[in-house]
Amino acid sequence: MRLRDDERKMLQGYHGEGVAIAMSVMVKLGQIYNAEEMIPISMAHIDGCVYTLGQAALDFAEKLADTGARVCVPTTLNMGARDITRWQEFRIPLDYAQGCQRMEQAYLKMGAIPTWTCTPYLQGIIPHFGEHIAWAESNAIAYANSVIGARTARYGDFADICAALTGRVPKFSLHLSSHRRGEMLFKLPPANRIDFNDDSLYPVIGYIVGSIALDRVPVIDGIPKNITADQLKAIGAAAASSGNVALFHIIGVTPEATTYEDAFQGKEPVDIIVIGEKELHETHTRLSTVEEGKADLVTIGCPHASFTEFEQLNRLLARRRIREGVEFWVTSNRVVYSWLEQTGLLESLKSSGIKVMTDSCILSGPYIEHWGFKLAVTNSAKFAHYAHKQINVIFGSLEKCVDAAIKGEVRKSET
Amino acid sequence: MKQELATGKSIIPGIAEGIAVVSQEPFSFAGEFDRRTGTISNPRSNLFGESLKGKVFVYPYGRGSSCTSAVLAEAIRCCNAPCAIINVQVDPILVIGVLVAEALYSMTIPILGVSQETFRLLHTGDNLIIDAVAGKLYRKESA
Repeated sequence: MRLRDDERKMLQGYHGEGVAIAMSVMVKLGQIYNAEEMIPISMAHIDGCVYTLGQAALDFAEKLADTGARVCVPTTLNMGARDITRWQEFRIPLDYAQGCQRMEQAYLKMGAIPTWTCTPYLQGIIPHFGEHIAWAESNAIAYANSVIGARTARYGDFADICAALTGRVPKFSLHLSSHRRGEMLFKLPPANRIDFNDDSLYPVIGYIVGSIALDRVPVIDGIPKNITADQLKAIGAAAASSGNVALFHIIGVTPEATTYEDAFQGKEPVDIIVIGEKELHETHTRLSTVEEGKADLVTIGCPHASFTEFEQLNRLLARRRIREGVEFWVTSNRVVYSWLEQTGLLESLKSSGIKVMTDSCILSGPYIEHWGFKLAVTNSAKFAHYAHKQINVIFGSLEKCVDAAIKGEVRKSET
Repeated sequence: MKQELATGKSIIPGIAEGIAVVSQEPFSFAGEFDRRTGTISNPRSNLFGESLKGKVFVYPYGRGSSCTSAVLAEAIRCCNAPCAIINVQVDPILVIGVLVAEALYSMTIPILGVSQETFRLLHTGDNLIIDAVAGKLYRKESA
């Protein structure tokens, strides 16, 4: 791989040991992919900052931080394993919280911005169309590539901070226009056959698309132009969970798919998949592990909830209190949280019995084991996908979630 | 006696010898592997409960999850990792895990990329020698 003088200097240790390690990881990544050269990035989002991955992840962060290495592009942080201010309320053990704190400190020492969210795109530090960035966290990658049209490969733990410290990534994968061409066409039933106002439709569409596309670029046709940011977020998060989708196009909606020709870059799809009402219904059902039961956890905000989602939740609750014995947790970030405080929404939600968790994620911390939850009700296909291994799940719309929280259970006819 | 089976692409150089565990299915260290015991933890896998510790782990390609790097690095640190990995298509997330373990603990495992044809020649229980310096793969035969 061709390296420029400044890149070679990073590799040779002119900028310290931390940057040299980071550059060597980036160069190796480029070599595996036969990249010809490095390209500069202007932003990074770090996923490796969660303290659940074992000692090695903490050792790596502290080692880099101890060398004095600092990020050279604006760098946001994904959620960690605890709510930084309310961890005791969520029963995080002290020794675990101390581990989290060390991880947090290491990344802050390297100059990252304490965003602590998996939806950095909901709080203002966002890339523009065509900008090369290095983002980790699968839902954020899908959103940045697909909805914004920025360019990031699927970076993961370690590679993310290495990109942030060097400001370079190999020129490969979705950084290249040719890799962004749509490969598979997914056709949806017409608008008179399915309810596009049903918010549970979007994660289901994403889940089907991801499970078939795997790591190819899917193009979806038949989605109304007025699809919201929350619905796009749900499609991407689901597609990145059931498959490795890092980029999807929606004809007439996303920026690289203003037309069919754009989406496929003038070529034809290698495969055309027609999604019928039957598949939508079956997948919706398959996201639940049981059909009914007594709910002890209701959770939304996977990926982190937007202000609009809190408003919808508050409207559906209509000042009712959730049932005793049910925990209703909404995960989000602190920017949205401050808006809830300012508007009085937080007080309203609290009086209904809702808990808002920031900086963290139920699946990234030891919450399920410490609370002993048995059945979670969620509107997130991503949560349902990953929680399966630990707990029973019932998937449904936001309205179903609220209903389950009020009644304390889900009955078969209601799922 | 050792028989040369094939040549491959050295992704992470190194030499190792061990008994093969072959998965026909793609695999993810994040979610399908218990880094504390070194065993396969996916109950749906037909290799469920199989120990990878010190084995040559052979599988076609990685199922993606961004946590793979951290889990593999941690397994290497705890000496619960395979002694070598053979893939048809090598996932960079895997490679980064090994590179980080090397940078932190000076501990590494070789990774060899092989063709689909070579992959088909490999079976659980084979005694393999991986030379991911020269890019060669041998089967050791009992004399």
